[in-house]
Amino acid sequence: MISRGFSGRRRPADVEKRLPPGQYLTTDFPVLSAGPTPHTPLDKWTFILEGLVQSPKRWTWEEFQKLPTQTFTVDISCVTKWTKLDMKWRGVTVDALLEAVQLLPNAQFVMAFSNGGYTTNIPLDELVKGQAFIAYEYDDKELAPEHGGPARLVVPHLYFWKSAKWIRGLRFMERNEPGFWEALGYHIHGDPWKEERYSGD
Amino acid sequence: MQPVLEWQIASVTAIRAETPQTKSFTLALPQWMAHQPGQHYDVRLTAPDGYQTERSYSVASEPERVGVIELTVERIADGEVSSYLHDVVIVGDKLEVRGPVGGYFVWGIELGGPLMLIGGGSGVVPLMAMMRHRDACKSTIPTRLLYSSRTPEDVIYQNELNELARKDRMLEVIFTFTRQAPAGWSGYKRRIDRAMLSDVLGPLGGSARVYVCGPTLLVESVADGLVEMGLPQARIRTERFGPTGK
Repeated sequence: MISRGFSGRRRPADVEKRLPPGQYLTTDFPVLSAGPTPHTPLDKWTFILEGLVQSPKRWTWEEFQKLPTQTFTVDISCVTKWTKLDMKWRGVTVDALLEAVQLLPNAQFVMAFSNGGYTTNIPLDELVKGQAFIAYEYDDKELAPEHGGPARLVVPHLYFWKSAKWIRGLRFMERNEPGFWEALGYHIHGDPWKEERYSGD
Repeated sequence: MQPVLEWQIASVTAIRAETPQTKSFTLALPQWMAHQPGQHYDVRLTAPDGYQTERSYSVASEPERVGVIELTVERIADGEVSSYLHDVVIVGDKLEVRGPVGGYFVWGIELGGPLMLIGGGSGVVPLMAMMRHRDACKSTIPTRLLYSSRTPEDVIYQNELNELARKDRMLEVIFTFTRQAPAGWSGYKRRIDRAMLSDVLGPLGGSARVYVCGPTLLVESVADGLVEMGLPQARIRTERFGPTGK
């Protein structure tokens, strides 16, 4: 349906083609969280890989800092409609973490879980080969608590709710299970280019 | 299993200016379904060449109002969709919408109380849906709204809030003004702080359910304050909008 009298705001074509359907460009970094921001002292922080692995692996903050890092400059789309281009992160790829464990052959899906009880599910094959990382710096500064600091998952090719803030671990699973928002009506997968916003999209 | 949310074409049946910067749009929906107070709808605009953009707006009306929803929209400086809604849309126009969406920042009388609602600016909109629902159900759940506005003319739903508070002794509405208070104002004239939170929350006791909606900085500071006051995280639900302000 054409909206009477609406012409829309056009961006340069090179920007326009980077905006998934229905999204608008923002230069802010909006904050969306379902509850209060948790504040974890770094000496209490740990990160664990568990579930369908030969034996679980846990890192302290100090150990985690010794893992190899990369910088990632990526476009991010939030299901609330904003897209932000060229966001610069530093972190550790999920591939680098997986070197520390032996996955069992039936591991197909991952539940990311966070301080505060947040969870989100992602297929394992969408976290590997450089597609996802645990970030602890944004824009050359330590990641602020309201943006998920000290560390968050970043999965740039999915809507941003999949990039769990305040992440504390990944649990490997055989079957796909809904996380927090996925159980509340949001899409089980969440690809912005397919506009997989809500359950059934 | 969640129902699939289809786009539908709503008719604008009424438009009301709430403040110089906010308007409420009443939309009649061909496939109306009852929402949970606090949920939102997506609005999609399409230009003649096929260009589309979408935004989400909180529902201000109560689900007891069957067949229609009311969206209260603040005009954002330079806002592509909000300025279209404010400047172009008139009664009789059609708008493409889908919803209701969002299942966490929601409250209904079945959840019980006491209920503490904290809003900043247009963050009062989803809280209004909760209060209207509570009123429509003649609920006596003890409820307080703490509502922060810059100036008196920025207060959305002023008359209705006064009327709700006047007729219902279990509901209290507390205003604070951060830039300019009404002449002779003896109430709060500052940003929401810890002292104000404990004054306002005190009478409801430690078991209140708290919903906080507003600009990011307000929500961050209020939610941190509530946690420090000892409220369990799980009882504090938040919705933020706008930039971080940093």
